[in-house]
Formats: sequence, structure tokens, C-alpha cells
Amino acid sequence: MSVTYIDAIHQAQLELLREREDVFLYGQDIGAFGGAFKATKGLQEEFPDRVLDSPISEDAMVGMSIGAAISGMRPIVEMQFADFSSIAFNQIVNNAGTHYYRTGIPIPITVRLPCGGTPGSGPFHSQMVETLYGHYPGVIVVTPATVSDAYHLLKQSVLLDDPVVFCEHKFLYRWLKTAEIDPEPLPLGVARITRPGKHATVVTYSAMVHEAVRAADRLALEGWEIEVVDLRSVKPLDMDTVIASVARTGRLLALGEAFPWGGVTAEVVSQVVAEGFHLLDAAPMRLNAKDTPIPYHPDLWAAHRPTPESIVEKLRELLNL
Amino acid sequence: MSSPTSSVLGSESLISGIETGLMRRTLKAMILSRILESKLSSLYKAGKIVGGVYLGTGQEAFSASLGSCLDQSKDIFAPLIRDQAGRTAFGEPVIEATRTYLGSVLGPMRGRDGNIHRGRPDQRRPAMISHLGASVSVVAGMLMARRMKGELGGVVGATCVGDGATSTGAFHEGLNLVAVEKLPMVVLVADNQFAYSTPRERQFACENLLDRARGYGVAGREVDATDLVECLGGVQKAVEAARSGEGPQMVVGKLLRLCGHGEHDDGSYVAAKLKQSPLGRDCLEVGIRQVIELGLTTPEEVAQWKTEAAEEVQESVARAQTDPTPDPYLEDWRAVSEEGMQ
Repeated sequence: MSVTYIDAIHQAQLELLREREDVFLYGQDIGAFGGAFKATKGLQEEFPDRVLDSPISEDAMVGMSIGAAISGMRPIVEMQFADFSSIAFNQIVNNAGTHYYRTGIPIPITVRLPCGGTPGSGPFHSQMVETLYGHYPGVIVVTPATVSDAYHLLKQSVLLDDPVVFCEHKFLYRWLKTAEIDPEPLPLGVARITRPGKHATVVTYSAMVHEAVRAADRLALEGWEIEVVDLRSVKPLDMDTVIASVARTGRLLALGEAFPWGGVTAEVVSQVVAEGFHLLDAAPMRLNAKDTPIPYHPDLWAAHRPTPESIVEKLRELLNL
Repeated sequence: MSSPTSSVLGSESLISGIETGLMRRTLKAMILSRILESKLSSLYKAGKIVGGVYLGTGQEAFSASLGSCLDQSKDIFAPLIRDQAGRTAFGEPVIEATRTYLGSVLGPMRGRDGNIHRGRPDQRRPAMISHLGASVSVVAGMLMARRMKGELGGVVGATCVGDGATSTGAFHEGLNLVAVEKLPMVVLVADNQFAYSTPRERQFACENLLDRARGYGVAGREVDATDLVECLGGVQKAVEAARSGEGPQMVVGKLLRLCGHGEHDDGSYVAAKLKQSPLGRDCLEVGIRQVIELGLTTPEEVAQWKTEAAEEVQESVARAQTDPTPDPYLEDWRAVSEEGMQ
């Protein structure tokens, strides 16, 4: 038996519904249909009053969940695709994100965003949006890269009293498997050293963790030991782990699948330079997707985002090879 | 629509069913609201209030009718920019308004937000954001939470918008959701002729905003919102219908905003002809006359109410002005409640 990334998300939601009467799910096609990615398959059968189909109204879906949260519930909103959360942007950042600061009353909602590219998905079903939400105060942004993290971070997110944007990567849904969920979760807000090394640090998150590990494996054949740090959440950003890694390696590549202007990788580089300039043996580097909309054709798509090849190339540059 | 000089007799058929106390309470809230807002305007013009002051002059009858028809012990009320009268009628203490406008840390927003962006969400009074229409779905969620917990019985949720807000996606998405879920919700649409300075013809093309209710599958009513008796009659019916399980209700109030968008705006774009039309009647003057003619109060009592209101406003302003203001050095600067999550 093995558990996939999407199984983990399904299992976390099932358990949350069973364990807590204040949890409910709201989203498009999530009821009898089980959701576009089957993350809620069969759940409405067991919880007909707490797994609810919504109209195609992302703004109202999040607005409704904010109201329900004010009234003591812990809603999980499923956006069909992260890209469509642009319609809900206002409710997420201006309503949920400001609510605790303004009124003293936190909004415990979790907005699940199926993020990232898969071949053929094109410009509107492939985007990474963590930068947008991370920019705003009052929103926690979680980016699981592993099956066990998808499970534990989702459960932890729902139990937090503040709004969480949960960026789950679609490319990992069925491809990524584990024998069983790790019984010992790391807390939310702590990064993980996915692969230890000593010559350079790759700081990344979500699906790019796996691409970074592939790149590191290739360079290992030449004797280079690349450390891969999985941020797990981009807000909060665990800079202690990042700085400690850079202190060991002296070199930093910040890697992400998002567009290149600004963003998580820029934030990581900026904070490392500001707080750990003396630790660096070389100028820190960034590698992101290209600055165009995400293309449809699989060949273009594969070249738009960082690949093990482009990561290896960047790391060679970083290592002065 | 009655003319400025018409008697209230035409409204008599509507007063059946409107409880005497409700009529008096509503008028009293309108008076208090008008006097409070007049003071807020003076404070703004004197430079004592920063940011902006947004009044509901001319909309008091419509707004207060909703506030006083709702049950303060269990209903939900999400007011918008011109709903001081509704807030007052729903029981918001005057001191919450003055403290918020004057930035007191003892107010509900503690200097972190101001003017009409205030509320006590835990007391079923959500705090509006500036983005129009956003409250519709929030109130829907507050009702749906009660439904899921088995606590919805007899509760009504309500919010207010203006004609301009009906152009937003949030309003459309929210009201559609409310209709799909058949929620006990009342949405007041103050068709006040202008969204800021934009006349309603540049805002929508349907003849009457009431037509929109049918499109959503929502029951609709229209009232002459310059007429207190008609407002109370229409709003009360809508609230009762929602409470008795008839689903969402929209009430469109026809009126004219008798002030600028905010006190920074002189409203010079409002044509004199419109001001002199029946839409331009002052609902407070009409309301006072109506309630007196119905024998439910006297000019002396109204004068007494005004005096009491002015005293309460003065006292609330004085208290808020002597309250502590926020200290940037003591502010915790935290946007999330959980430790270590920022």
C-alpha cells in the first residue's frame, strides 16, 4: 500500500471532518462529484451537511467562509485551481487578512489552492500564487512538498486560528507516493533539510524540492554535496534554518517555480544578504520560472519552469565550475 | 410617491402592523444619528477627525427601519457606509462611533481602522471593508454557520448596499449564493441616485434595481425611502418574510443622498431639480411629521429627544477625545493571532 499526495489531502480532510464538528468543506464540484482532483471523493456521503457545493463564485466562497469563521466554524475552501483565487483575492487579503488586526477576532479559514504546472495546463491552470498571498499581512502561506507534509500541514493549518492559504502542488498529486504517512510531524513554520550537503544550499519549496534533489543527485556523481532546504511554508519563513545552512555551505541558490519578479526567492536572497552577508562565499543566486505566462505545449512548459538541468547549470555557476 | 406637502393619510393603510414602539424607536434613532453625524461633520471640518467622514443624511429612515426591525439579541447586521441610523437603531452605542472616528484605543477598532469601518463581529455586527458588496457573502456565511450548528431557527441576517455596490462582482456573487442557499437574509439597496459622483444611469441599465431581485430568485420590494412609515412597513415585511422561512429578501429604497459622498465632497454635481423633486425630501422631517400626525409623539417630545441626543453626542465626543490614543511604541504590530506565524 502506498499513499499519494492527493490521498494525504483527502485523508486529512476526512479526519478533520470526523474529529471536529466545526470543520466544513466548501467548493466547486466537491460534493457528489468529489472535486476536480477527487480530494473530497466520498466525503459528502458521510457528511452531507458539511461538504457543500458552491456556485462558481470564488469571492463569495471566501466571503462566506469568513462569515462562518466569525461564527465559530473552521471552513476549508477548495479553489478548483489556484489561478481562480484571483477572483477571491479581495476577500482573502483585504477581509480575512485584515480581520484580526482590525477587530481582534481571528479568521480560521483554510483556502486550498491546487497550484503549479502540469503539462498541457496552460496559462490559467498552472500558476504559483504564494508570492501574492505572502505579500499581505495576516495570511499564512503553506507550501507542502511531501506526502506527509501535505497531510500534517493541512491538519495543522485548519487548527490554526488565522487564515491559511494552502498551496498544494498538482504535479505531485498522483506522482508522489510514500509507504505511509510519517507519524511524527514537524511543526508548521519550520523548514526541513531534505538533503544534507556542504558545498552549496538550495532553498526551495513545493514541487521544486524534488527537482532540486534530482539536480543534487547529478552533482553528487561529481563529488559535490548540495544541501536542499524545503521551506514547507513561505510565510512564516524559517530563516533560522536557511541561515544555518548558508553558514555551513557559504553558497545560496533560491529556487522557485513562480514568476521571477519579486517573490519568495527574492525574499530569501534579500534576507540572507541582509542577515548573513558575512557567511557568503559567492553572490547568492535565484532561479525561477520565465517571465511569461505559462505556456500550453509540454515542451514549452517544461522549459518555462526550472528543471534538474537548469538547476544543475545554475549550481555549477554558483560553485564557480 | 407622495409630494413634500402631502399628508400622511396616504400611509395609513401601511401603519397597520407597525407597532407604536417600533415607530417611536426608529424615529428616535434617526434623530440621534442625524445629530451625531452633524457633530462628526463639524469635527472633521475643524480638523479633529482625520481620514474621512461619511454621512447617511437622507437615508436615515431606510437604514433605521432595518436596524429597528432586526432583533438585537440574535440577528446579524452588516451596515455599510451610510448606515449610522441603522447602527444606532440596532443598538450600537454612540461612543463606538466617536471612539472610532477619533482613534481611541478604547473603541472597537483601537485606532487600527477608522470611521465607518467598525463593528463587533462577535456581537453579530461585522466590520465592513471598503470593497463594496463584500459583506453580502460574509453575512451569508454567518447564517450558514448557524444552519450547520442547528442554530439558525428564527435568525435573520441583513446588510445594506447602495446602487453603486450592485455593480460589483462581490454583490452579484454574494446575492446569488444567498439565493442558492435560500438564506433568511435581507438586503437593503439604497438607490440614492449617485455612486460617489456617478449617476445611476452610468451604473446600470435596468429600469429599476428591483428587477435584479427577480433575476437572482430573491423576493423584492420597493419603498419610497423618504417616507418613514413606508420604509418601516416594507422593511418589516421583508424581515418577517425572511424570518418565517420565505428566503432572501431585497428592499430597494428610492431616495436622494442629501450630502456629498463624504464631507470632503460638496456634492455639487447633484442637480437642483433633483434636490427639489420628491426624492429630495428630508426623511427626518417627513418622519417627525408622520409620527406626530399619527399621534405617537408630540413636538415637545421630539424636541426633548433632540436635546437628549445632543447631550449624548457631546458626552460621547468628550469621552472619546480624552481617551488614550494608540502608541506606536506599544503597538504589537501583529497581523495574526498565533505566535510565531508572522
